[in-house]
Amino acid sequence: MRHQLGLAVGPATFRIGSAWRGPIDALARLYAAYPPIDFARRVPDFTVRLQPVQPWRRFIRSSIFIAGDHMLPDAAPMALEHGLLAAEMGMNLQMALGWRRHVLLHASCVEKDGKALVITGESGSGKSTLAAMLGERGWRLMGDEFALLDPASGMVFAFPRLVSLKNEAIDIATAGITPERIGPRLEGTPKGAIRHLVPNAEAIARMAEPAVPRLLLLPRYGFAEAHRPVEQGEAFVRLTEASTNYIALGEAGFGALVRFVRTVPAVALDYPDSATVLAAVEALWGEVA
Amino acid sequence: MTYRAEAPDQIIVERLGAIDALYHRRSGTTHLVAAPVPQILEALGEGATDVAGLLARLAARFDLDTPDDEAKAALEQRLAELIDLGLVRGER
Repeated sequence: MRHQLGLAVGPATFRIGSAWRGPIDALARLYAAYPPIDFARRVPDFTVRLQPVQPWRRFIRSSIFIAGDHMLPDAAPMALEHGLLAAEMGMNLQMALGWRRHVLLHASCVEKDGKALVITGESGSGKSTLAAMLGERGWRLMGDEFALLDPASGMVFAFPRLVSLKNEAIDIATAGITPERIGPRLEGTPKGAIRHLVPNAEAIARMAEPAVPRLLLLPRYGFAEAHRPVEQGEAFVRLTEASTNYIALGEAGFGALVRFVRTVPAVALDYPDSATVLAAVEALWGEVA
Repeated sequence: MTYRAEAPDQIIVERLGAIDALYHRRSGTTHLVAAPVPQILEALGEGATDVAGLLARLAARFDLDTPDDEAKAALEQRLAELIDLGLVRGER
């Protein structure tokens, strides 16, 4: 590829190649604080390629096709101005389809005193926004998209990629944050407006440190405040649904999730706004930590 | 019909509160099952038998308050489901 960049996010390493300079420049700016990868000394875990739909489309009506080690053959091409998003989606896709060292949970995660709060929920539940806000309020952000559960130790490993903020969450989660940590506003993406937030210096510096899972939170945004304990069986089902590689890991994945739900209490939390959810999380954490 | 349970070393059973999570090694599949399925598998694990024999084993362990015919019909239904999951084999 004409342009490329090496990146390490948590335990995973990536080579991002692109036919255009723009997406690589945007990534290089936002990932400047992350450890670089020297391709001469290390083969990255995954390659993502941002390539034209057809060779001549590098210049005319440029459209990005996301390719790489793991691909979705029928993925729709993306506009060149969304190149940063395409790179992020490509990295997520490699993790979701290719990562085997941990149980990959579609969950956000924050840490305090060596203990992790794992937050899982459907798109729109607010897990990214909540993790981003907690990451600026005394917690270490471990990741807004994936939590990596180690079958051997039961610990959770961080994957603190750029936080992907959507629509109304953008203003809420970027309030008071310096412009250098905020990416360009991408309008009209398949998920509406998107802006990326760079995790703070502590989150990046400590991204290799795992944490012991202490609480599993299942939030739902847009409801009156309420919370209820979630039984082990229900938590197990929710985690298998939230994992992209549970079936591929076989017995190791089964053992890891059984251990997780037996040792980590789970709470379903409904909330109407960010002030409510922040207060509720601190109160619930006070009960378990 | 004679029913034979999957070999015990092929199934891992973990109690998770009110339900059991069951990992079937041969198929790599996870099943979440509630009573009486784990009890049926355990009783059948003593050896292949027919519905009457299995019912007798279960009656020896639990107080079954349903009449025999109803219990047999219900048991046959559960066994048919377990055959579909690959956890029990039915032999004519």
